[in-house]
Amino acid sequence: MADTMQFDLVSPERRLASMQVTAVQIPGSDGDMTAMADHAPTITTLRPGVLRVEGPEGATEYVVTGGFAEISANGVSVLAERAVPKGDMTQAHLDEMMEEAKTMYATAKDNFVNEPGPVDDAAKLLSDMVALGDHIGLTSKQANL
Amino acid sequence: MPNLKDLKNRIASVKNTRKITKAMQMVAAAKLRRAQDAAEQSRPYTERFNAVMSRLAASVGGSDSAPKLLSGTGENKVHLLVVMTAERGLCGGFNANIAKLAKIHARRLIGEGKEVKILTVGKKGRDSIRREFAKNIVGHVDLTEVKRVGYADAQGIAKDVLGRFDAGEFDVATIFYAKFVNVVSQTPTAQQIIPASFETEEGAGEATTLFDYEPSEEAILADLLPRGVATAIFSALLENAASEQGARMSAMDNATRNAGEMIEDLTIEYNRSRQAVITNELIEIISGAEAL
Repeated sequence: MADTMQFDLVSPERRLASMQVTAVQIPGSDGDMTAMADHAPTITTLRPGVLRVEGPEGATEYVVTGGFAEISANGVSVLAERAVPKGDMTQAHLDEMMEEAKTMYATAKDNFVNEPGPVDDAAKLLSDMVALGDHIGLTSKQANL
Repeated sequence: MPNLKDLKNRIASVKNTRKITKAMQMVAAAKLRRAQDAAEQSRPYTERFNAVMSRLAASVGGSDSAPKLLSGTGENKVHLLVVMTAERGLCGGFNANIAKLAKIHARRLIGEGKEVKILTVGKKGRDSIRREFAKNIVGHVDLTEVKRVGYADAQGIAKDVLGRFDAGEFDVATIFYAKFVNVVSQTPTAQQIIPASFETEEGAGEATTLFDYEPSEEAILADLLPRGVATAIFSALLENAASEQGARMSAMDNATRNAGEMIEDLTIEYNRSRQAVITNELIEIISGAEAL
């Protein structure tokens, strides 16, 4: 039996999960990472993606967007701006999130004409969102990039 | 002396008022429980968020490359006051207290020669502030349709504020709301959100842990600071919601009690007058009989 650690998933509106787990797969903005007990202390921001939690009673998956994960000696806490258990994720949710990302991309394009930074960030967010939709088997209305 | 019929009508109408205030008090009590619950639920997020932010801010804050949201624009000329009040009245001094604090603040800033811009959230605060600072109000956020404040509402306000900040409309932003202490007391509070300041009390013990940052510390900070604004606004909105219901509950409790007292007084007066009428009639009958 692998060692367990404390895992918390909180969104601004509520605490979604707080339990002992063996591994957490985090969709970090620079790439996925899996944290297990005694992982080096790390703080990473999240990209829209699926957070996979493996506990003694099996794995749970959450769809998360925006926020960060803190891996410390005490365990892993994920602070996501929006977090939904994967099973509860619906097309409507995704559409709403897509819409948000698209608006952000559009405003970024308008506001930062000569600065590629924010536009690229918004484009990345949007494509992450599309990838997320594909991954969980929902059709994302294709973004025209 | 008012006649019996009038008194009876007045008693009936005060009784109706008492029924309404009693009902409002109970509704407020139920809403208060829900609001407190929501505030409770959001606490873990806010606490952790602030803990991480204060740590990040402490390590990056000193450098020149620190984001503007943290270090400020370097000026201190234009202040944005975000005044958050309720959409409804009948909640005692709740709205008035917040507006008063904001007004004192605004007057002081103007006195110091600063420029003041006001963004109001909630109808009641706007109405009260418009009387004195109509030309300073730059925007208003309407939450009338919102039954339960969600994070999305806070994000909307934050987006508005950040947009103005990016456009260079102001240097310092302060939010005004009422902190929920308990049902009978809510403290109007001013909190500066831009440039951000994070309490570092708990950071001291953990500061020894060295964290890896992915991407860089600066990038994380730049990503999180706007969220920090939204988080601060969100928790203020929740505090405000709880305070509003608390204030309404105690205001309605007082109103109910006052109505009860008034009914008692009126009933005594009614009984006295009725007795007086009876006595009068008796005297008339008796003196009429004696005259025979």
